[in-house]
Amino acid sequence: MDTWTFGWTLALIGMGGTMLVLWIMSLLILLIRKIFPYRADASATKKG
Amino acid sequence: METALVSGLQGLFAGIMHLSPGHVIMLGIACLLLYLGIKKGYEPLLLVPIGFGAILVNIPLADLMGKEGFLRFFYDAGVLTEVFPLLIFVGIGAMTDFQPLLENPKIILLGAAGQFGIFLTLLLALGLGFDKLDAVAVAVIGACDGPTAIYVSSKFAPHMLGAVSVAAYSYMSLVPLIQPPIMRALTTDKERQIVMGAAKRQPISKATKIVFPIVVTIFASILAPKGAPLIGTIMLGNLMRESGCVDRLKSASENEITNIVTLLLGLCIGATMEANNFLRAQTLLVLGLGFVAICLDTAVGVLFGKLMCLLTGGKINPLIGAAGISAFPMSARVVQTEGQKYNKKNYLLMHAMSANAGGQIGSVIAASVMLSVLQGMGIVGG
Repeated sequence: MDTWTFGWTLALIGMGGTMLVLWIMSLLILLIRKIFPYRADASATKKG
Repeated sequence: METALVSGLQGLFAGIMHLSPGHVIMLGIACLLLYLGIKKGYEPLLLVPIGFGAILVNIPLADLMGKEGFLRFFYDAGVLTEVFPLLIFVGIGAMTDFQPLLENPKIILLGAAGQFGIFLTLLLALGLGFDKLDAVAVAVIGACDGPTAIYVSSKFAPHMLGAVSVAAYSYMSLVPLIQPPIMRALTTDKERQIVMGAAKRQPISKATKIVFPIVVTIFASILAPKGAPLIGTIMLGNLMRESGCVDRLKSASENEITNIVTLLLGLCIGATMEANNFLRAQTLLVLGLGFVAICLDTAVGVLFGKLMCLLTGGKINPLIGAAGISAFPMSARVVQTEGQKYNKKNYLLMHAMSANAGGQIGSVIAASVMLSVLQGMGIVGG
């Protein structure tokens, strides 16, 4: 593989891949937050 | 008797006789690193051991990086095996609070844009005639993340480890000087004055904080398996922090382990700065390209911030794009300071912290993606 094919391939897949992985990660965070929502009264309920 | 005296004196002065101009220059550079660390406070935890390691390795005939030298022992055990940067990652994970990111996950995209300098610098390095893997090692300085740069460099271009590490840590400490002119050049007065308002503190459950590092490790490692050591170690540290049930391990990771490894890693990096290895035109190119990489990271981050500003109808201040790099929390503070110069009532810190936390994950993901693509292309082995 010549130098420029290598360079452009790595650059394009690298930038696109990084963006894609982090975008999916942001969706995963939203999903986790939905599955495990914050409950202000959680500790109070336990005590009660 | 006379011969014995002459031989004895020759032995005593052998070091001086073997002192080359290269050694003298390197001793000067080592002292400069010590000065920057001690007097100027630029990353002293790293620059002091690096500078001292560079002094030790440039003492003629001491042969501390020879087969039986003690620096060689630590280098082979911790750097060649990539164990030192990974242990540092456990410590970083234990010290990092991802709460701002969990509160505002969309901002993580700025952490991706802040890594584009890596890939653009790769093209520049190839254009300047660097070998493929050397170019990868130089480009990763743009991750603005010392351990990642050391990990990649020790894997693919160990002969450049000294130059890459010195560049990575020096420029990280210079972020408050490097970023503001670029931020000002790429934004208008009106954009810099955009008030994002007080960040809405979204309460995050403890379960979310515990599940986050586990999910990220599984998901990112499956997508980019070559980066599993990087992602896995930083997330292990974070899981120990958030789980709250292994306080001793968390405390050891962020204190004792990180401190010991930082000392040994610094010495080992300094030990790669032997005159014959370091005093090359290539070293200057590495330092220059490292600077360009961090400038490009900042520029692309700010430009991406402008795009987000446009898409949200002016709700996002593009300055926070500059915080998409991994220098945490220094870069977020730079954004806050710059924002307040143009609007004293503007508090960008929490928004910038989200981008900055995204940059921390972004740098690890970018390196992981890079390693996996290299494997896929057959440039490195499986």
